[in-house]
Amino acid sequence: MTTKRPEAAPCKIYGEKLAELGAVYENIVMLDADLMRSNGTIVFQQKFPARSFNMGIAEQNMMAVSAGLALNGKMPYVSTFTSFGSMRAFEQIRTDIAYHNLKVRIVTTHCGMTGNSGATHAGVEDLALMRTIPNMTVVAPGDPNQIRKALDASVHLNGPMYMRIGAKTEPLVYDSQDYTFELGKGIVLREGKDAAIIACGAMVAHALDAADLLAAEGKNVAVVDMHTIKPLDKELILSMAEKTGFIVTAEDHIRIGGLGSAVAEVLADNGANIRLLRLGIPDVFVTNGSVQQLYHKFGLDAEGLARSIAGCL
Amino acid sequence: MIDDFVINSLEEKALEMRRLLVELCFKTGVLHIGGDLSSSDIVTALYFYQLNIDPQDIKKDSRDRFIISKGHGGATQYLAMGMRGIISLEELFSTYRKLDSRFGMHPCSNVLDELEVSTGSLGHGLPLAVGFALAAKMDQKKHRVYVLCGDGETNEGSIWEAAMAASHYQLGNLVCIVDKNNLSLDGFTKDVMNMEPYADKWRAFNWNVLETDGNDMRKLCETLDAIPPYDSDRPTLIIAHTVKGKGISFMENNPSWHAGTIPTEEMYNQCLAELALSYPSRKVE
Repeated sequence: MTTKRPEAAPCKIYGEKLAELGAVYENIVMLDADLMRSNGTIVFQQKFPARSFNMGIAEQNMMAVSAGLALNGKMPYVSTFTSFGSMRAFEQIRTDIAYHNLKVRIVTTHCGMTGNSGATHAGVEDLALMRTIPNMTVVAPGDPNQIRKALDASVHLNGPMYMRIGAKTEPLVYDSQDYTFELGKGIVLREGKDAAIIACGAMVAHALDAADLLAAEGKNVAVVDMHTIKPLDKELILSMAEKTGFIVTAEDHIRIGGLGSAVAEVLADNGANIRLLRLGIPDVFVTNGSVQQLYHKFGLDAEGLARSIAGCL
Repeated sequence: MIDDFVINSLEEKALEMRRLLVELCFKTGVLHIGGDLSSSDIVTALYFYQLNIDPQDIKKDSRDRFIISKGHGGATQYLAMGMRGIISLEELFSTYRKLDSRFGMHPCSNVLDELEVSTGSLGHGLPLAVGFALAAKMDQKKHRVYVLCGDGETNEGSIWEAAMAASHYQLGNLVCIVDKNNLSLDGFTKDVMNMEPYADKWRAFNWNVLETDGNDMRKLCETLDAIPPYDSDRPTLIIAHTVKGKGISFMENNPSWHAGTIPTEEMYNQCLAELALSYPSRKVE
């Protein structure tokens, strides 16, 4: 399926924006694990070499070092691929960074299946892992341009943040950048009464396209950009549940423990007696294939989302 | 040549620490006492001889930093801090490991502000210290960052990642002391996970390696004096050869005393008597 949406490169935007912030905030330092050229952080390194630390292919040390730097007046932005950033150094993120409530910003790239290199490089359980950590803010920007707003928000956030962004190019959702981005507050992109799709990351664009497909069949679904998985916008979820009676979640992430599970927790905790459909990667390992092929295989492209939702309406 | 008076005074302090360890164990329960006793001289030498710290201004910017990476040895740090008046020994003894205590089995900086950072999970302290040392170097600060690791702890891969990075970034302001008592919980390190040739490994990672008798106060302090200046181009690793359970004969080199309790007054008195025997020229109350 080809998307009609314009696209932009998440890592390019990340790299440029981080360098812009670095020019303003002198305490910002950057760490990477031999993936600067893939992550985009090379731009920061070229502008501020004395504040850039390549830690080599050693992620556990990188995370602990970033905690040490944060305890000494620096604000580290630490990057690697989502799979390695969330799993390899999970204990350091939890015990060194989050336990001390440090202002470290972990920005991982090639999230979900966008690593496009098989199961070893699939970062598909990071939202589940990161939201188990107290003090952690967990963000999945709804489109590449939103990365800028999320990074702006990160500067003054008092505590650690984890953010996941994609790779190559991804579809744009927002025509204008003139909208309010607030951590913890979902954005209603489209109203509807038959269902509400709560999506994050690359799935936001797919959800909007799915809503178009469903509209052509007379089904009217709302779409929410739930860019912050933790803290979750509980009020918005419950309000959407009340309006539509049918919540759908969509994420480039496993179904166990991520956005869908977080939404399920809110609905169950509040006794919301409504239909919930959680769309994501089932309990299997990701296989080889292009990103488009994988999204299609797991029903996460616009057609797949629309088909799953239509089947319930 | 360090004055005899200085060494004698440090030995008194180390004996006092051992006495307090035994008392803390008797009064409150489980302590990682084997490793506490092996590192008592090291921690005493750090707090009373080596570290540039001011008990009246414990967070002054120019202070030396100390991170106890072998966090289960936290009791030695608490006691040293208490003996230097940084924290209250009375509070330590009355609240140790109790609900919401500031003094847990492993040091927690969230509740005990006088600490640099929390440790406990092995293999974290040295990487954290690399971050400290890197920040200091970036900001052209002149203080040192000291870390105490257990030898078993250096099984952890993250230790070697940190060692690699410390060398790569030429962190001459970083000093790691290994309490090499040749034992971990399950037994002798050579049987659990052999790391010999040990010194060679650190040299291969391009550290400046010094070796000393970690239970001989004079040799230990002379080695501390031999650490190159903070702006040298390599971190320093001090292998302190120690005896686990040092000072109490039935604990020495005994794998069963990785951690333990002193459940009876009889055993407590026996421990004190053992310490008096081991350090005969000192008074033990």
